[in-house]
Amino acid sequence: MKLLVNGAETYCYTGGKAFDAARPTVVFIHGVLHDHSVWILQSRYLANHGWNVLAVDLPGHCRSAGEAPSTVEEAADFIGALLDAAGVQRAALVGHSWGSLIALEAASRLRERISHLVLVGTSFPMKVSQVLLDASSNEPMKALKMVNVFSRSTLAAPPSALGPGTWVYGASMALGRRVLASNRAVNVFHRGFKACDSYANGEVAITQITCPVLFVLGAQDQMTMPRAAQGLIGKARESGKTVRVTNLPVGHHQMTETPDETLFAIRDFIAS
Amino acid sequence: MSGYSDPGFDTLALHAGAAPDPTTGARAVPIHLTTSFVFESSDHAAALFNLERAGHVYSRISNPTNAVFEQRMAALEGGIGAIATASGQAALHLSIATLMGAGSHIVASTALYGGSQNLLHYTLRRFGIDTTFVKPGDIDGWRAAVQPNTKLFFGETVGNPGLDVLDIPTVSAIAHEAGVPLLVDSTLTSPWLIKPFEHGADLVYHSATKFLSGHGTVIGGVVVDGGSFDWEGPHSAGKFAELTEAYEGFHNMVFSEESTVGAFLLRARREGLRDFGACMSPHTAWLILQGIETLPLRMARHMSNTQKVVEFLTSQPFVSRVGHPMLDTHPSHALAQKLLPRGAGSVFSFDLKGHREQGKKFIETLKVFSHLANVGDCRSLVIHPASTTHFRMSDEALAGAGISQGTIRLSIGLEDPEDLIDDLKRALKAAEKAV
Repeated sequence: MKLLVNGAETYCYTGGKAFDAARPTVVFIHGVLHDHSVWILQSRYLANHGWNVLAVDLPGHCRSAGEAPSTVEEAADFIGALLDAAGVQRAALVGHSWGSLIALEAASRLRERISHLVLVGTSFPMKVSQVLLDASSNEPMKALKMVNVFSRSTLAAPPSALGPGTWVYGASMALGRRVLASNRAVNVFHRGFKACDSYANGEVAITQITCPVLFVLGAQDQMTMPRAAQGLIGKARESGKTVRVTNLPVGHHQMTETPDETLFAIRDFIAS
Repeated sequence: MSGYSDPGFDTLALHAGAAPDPTTGARAVPIHLTTSFVFESSDHAAALFNLERAGHVYSRISNPTNAVFEQRMAALEGGIGAIATASGQAALHLSIATLMGAGSHIVASTALYGGSQNLLHYTLRRFGIDTTFVKPGDIDGWRAAVQPNTKLFFGETVGNPGLDVLDIPTVSAIAHEAGVPLLVDSTLTSPWLIKPFEHGADLVYHSATKFLSGHGTVIGGVVVDGGSFDWEGPHSAGKFAELTEAYEGFHNMVFSEESTVGAFLLRARREGLRDFGACMSPHTAWLILQGIETLPLRMARHMSNTQKVVEFLTSQPFVSRVGHPMLDTHPSHALAQKLLPRGAGSVFSFDLKGHREQGKKFIETLKVFSHLANVGDCRSLVIHPASTTHFRMSDEALAGAGISQGTIRLSIGLEDPEDLIDDLKRALKAAEKAV
């Protein structure tokens, strides 16, 4: 469905079900060079099992107009505006990679409006190597390949978002090219990576959230290595949050290389 | 970045889509000869039917052995996914039927396999889909043939049997200007010789019966989606309602919303395999996988043998023409050098100087070459196109495809090249004497 957020038309995939404000809502937030479609196998299931789903295309990405966010904080404010535009008082936030930082910051700002926080493939700080940052700007196709090589953990993924016969690596490459091409004004690849790299408020934000938090980590993740999430997990525990950690035998393509395991982790957590 | 995370073509040919079986430890791909797959629960069943979860339900729609073949082909072509079909013709039909219905129009190359030409020129017309045929090298012709209802451009990487090389970069650019995808039949080249997506094609299909299987044992096909074509793009808006509007026939799904890059594959599998039913047997998929595992080795040998045979034939006085793009006399020579640096395939034609009876004598004298209707076998093959594969075509259409009554088509196999040349030498001598 389309919503007007901050004056810009914003697309949200609702899992094939009509939006119903009476039901609990889950907002899915994608990462750099992704869009709503990376969440299909998680969002469509939840939409058909009692939840409202808003799998958003971030501003300036694919089907959404508006200025692509330059910082995690800017994107977090957008999430608040999205909830307002949808008339949603309270929601669970699920974010992947860059989207996990946006979800974290949004949860710290929106406090009680957030019922659950799920951080998939996260780390803090989420530093991006200078080589990759430069490549995302100067040689985006080369950088896209690097990201997808680092992200995959298998040459034989189970049936995934397009069903059996999906070559997850190729699908992710194609999606990256499509997202990049969707914004002629701004290199959303470089801008997204810069936002990840420069975000500094993670450890503060995790102490400010008021909801339980789930970390879904990929044991073989080379983009956001599990050890780089431990500081955030420690801070959450130290500050008395309810923390759950799920480790999946996968890389950074959690939603497409382990679709069921990622879904079950999210489903069981937000139902708790 | 080479290595497991970024494997090369030969490694993908062996490993893409397959891992040791988690239950049995079987290293080779198991053949899942089962029609159906047990649901874990009623909820699991409903979720699979509604595409909330991914998995196998019924082998007409998907099967684990076929899925390995599909992933492998997508990996080798550089695509996002693939669908195995009962034959190459089924792959072509599935592609067309997914994208259009009655009232639609296709622009296609004249240099097509006879069966494809037949489908477009006769059969699909009966269902309200018209085709305008354009010589593959007539670039202005491709552009001029576009109509408001055009939904697809279609050609072969190298046309059968004249080996006209399709200028994929140029033709795809014209297609994209017109807001339609370019579908390419890459059967004669295989991804070892060319990956059409890298040059601008949007969909690729193969008769897997040929080089992919490589052993002349099974009939099969596959269509691969490059994930590059934007069905809702500025030039294509409104053209592909099949993919961009809610489909009552499948949960009111809007395929282009479900998948930003995979709408075609979603509809092709969920509607095309479900309703038309031209699926592949898992046993067939397994046999084709055996072939693909040695595709790089076989293709290299096909090409080196072809070079030797072409060189031999060009030196024979009884041969009036050898039609292979490796020769600078071939009209596609320059384009082949650019798009097909490893070679333009091992299926090609040549003309004898003699009359029809001499041609017959030539074919019947051959002993190593088998006279049959196939190409891309590990064994060398021979046929007379005008009376067999292309017999339904008019003389005009035959000429358009570069075929005369004296044309002989060879498919060069993997035998000792000296034996192939010896066989041809004897047959040429016998033909020459048969006056």
